[in-house]
Amino acid sequence: MRVLRYFVAAVWAVPSGRVALVVLALFLGLAVLGPWIAPFDPMARTYGADGRLVRLAGPSAEHWLGTTLMGRDIASQMLYGARPAFLVGGMTAVGTVLIGLNIGLVAGYFGGRVDAVLMRITDIFLGLPFLPFIIVVLAMSGRSIWTIIFAMTIVMWRSTARVIRAQVLSLREMPFVAAARTTGAGDWAILYREIAPNVLPLALVSTAFALAWAIITEASIGFLGFGDPNVISWGSILYDAYASQVMYRAPWWVVPPGIAIMVLVSAVYFMGRAYEQVINPRLRAI
Amino acid sequence: MGRFVLRRLLHMAITFFAMITLMFFLFRMLPGDPTATVISPALDADARAAMQARFGLDRPLIEQYFVYLASLARLDFGLSFRTSRPVWELIELRLVNTLLLILPSMIAAYVIGAIGGALMAWYRGGRAEGSLVLAATALQSAPVFWLGMLAILVFSIWLDWFPTGHIVTPGRFPEPSWRMYLTLDFLHHLALPFLVNTLYNLCFPLLLMRSTMLSTIGEDYVELARMKGLRERQVLYGHAMRNSLLPLATTLPMILGWSVAGSVVIETVFSWPGLGLLMIEGITRSDYPVVQGAFLLIAVLTILGTFVADLLYGLLDPRIVYR
Repeated sequence: MRVLRYFVAAVWAVPSGRVALVVLALFLGLAVLGPWIAPFDPMARTYGADGRLVRLAGPSAEHWLGTTLMGRDIASQMLYGARPAFLVGGMTAVGTVLIGLNIGLVAGYFGGRVDAVLMRITDIFLGLPFLPFIIVVLAMSGRSIWTIIFAMTIVMWRSTARVIRAQVLSLREMPFVAAARTTGAGDWAILYREIAPNVLPLALVSTAFALAWAIITEASIGFLGFGDPNVISWGSILYDAYASQVMYRAPWWVVPPGIAIMVLVSAVYFMGRAYEQVINPRLRAI
Repeated sequence: MGRFVLRRLLHMAITFFAMITLMFFLFRMLPGDPTATVISPALDADARAAMQARFGLDRPLIEQYFVYLASLARLDFGLSFRTSRPVWELIELRLVNTLLLILPSMIAAYVIGAIGGALMAWYRGGRAEGSLVLAATALQSAPVFWLGMLAILVFSIWLDWFPTGHIVTPGRFPEPSWRMYLTLDFLHHLALPFLVNTLYNLCFPLLLMRSTMLSTIGEDYVELARMKGLRERQVLYGHAMRNSLLPLATTLPMILGWSVAGSVVIETVFSWPGLGLLMIEGITRSDYPVVQGAFLLIAVLTILGTFVADLLYGLLDPRIVYR
């Protein structure tokens, strides 16, 4: 919690970061409230006064974003789709950074054989093709939101681990580490009390970028048709549109999910960059 | 240098080996029985046992593993469940298709991104530059398959400039052959996926180059180059940009891996018959030998990409000590 408050305060100090935070808060609000404020059941088929299915209707006062080929309300689907984006993205980002941070810390601090083994393992994971691996896991073990989070975390921690390790390598030569050692602190105490707080900013940047990646990847999984069949996500809306083969007659079906993903992920990127500027003033333009 | 290359080669071999092992056991340990599509669970126990013996599935897992390794060494990826033809036959042309799409587009993205990013930093602070940063971030944040869908919507459906997908006009080449890459028709089909992929992948090098350049411009040697009386262009390209290329090079292996892996998405949108699409088709048809073969090849490309980029990095930065 304290870390979160510090992070938000830091990002708030940068103008672009402030905009990003407001946008993120709006989306988060939609994710929480979405299912309650959605005007229709997202899976319900809408029938017109003449008893026929309202297929591919354009945006109107009743259906803000029109309807799908099956007569489903797109605005409601969009509102339901915010939640999985945050849930999957957030849990993956946190899992990624927790694993990456610990592996990076241990590898960088202990060095030698421990480092060599851990970095070899990281290399093996770096060789795993990102999306294909996730899809294979999903195809083999069933499509559920938890499998998606699990598979994404497994392939994402590797880059965090490398970044953190590089930072720890330089930190461990610092005088404050030597000072802690003379006071009789053990390895683990030095690692987690002295070094870990100093790599925290870097870990937070990693979290932001992992979040952005996870949201895009979750959408890609949905688009390829491997999303959780019981969950409506922005990716799955696009999958339905693509698979229907008639999306070209209904731009209102194709455009909104992409815009939502784009705005949300942009906000996350800008938040990450704003924070980077705070911790590394050299990045500031001019 | 020689020892460094040797060591990297050894690392690469270990990674390959680990990958193959991981895949082998993953395919067998995850819940779900891939053989169910071939060996029907409805068969009686004796018939099933006979089938399993034929495929070698009755042997211990370890023995199966070594048989698998031995076949892989001979480029034998097994037979497709569906067509009963060797998987390698299917993969061969698909591999070429993927490379023809991904490699040129990555090279274009990096060259344009590096030069564009350098120029953005050089003429920083303007309104145009600010909106370019915003545009690049937005583009980078959009899912690439969605960009592809929009491109099809605008350029194929409304304007009718490009075909909506496939590698050549369907029916023109009943049997895929090498000749089809030499036609204008192929280039016409390549254009849209190439443009979308390039535009999407361009954002990352562009933004990275810009931020690296911003800190390089403040360095003393840039000031010195200027004081020597060099022309602005010489300072920009010969000094500032040259030294900013390094961080860009470090990201190359990662990005190359991502783009090969991400080809799954772009190939699906444009029905581009590459490795990624082959893998997806394999999954929907429960053709696991094909899935496994396609996945392994995508992994090989990723690892090879990392290896080449590692060597390049060493060549670019004279400060790197080969050990």
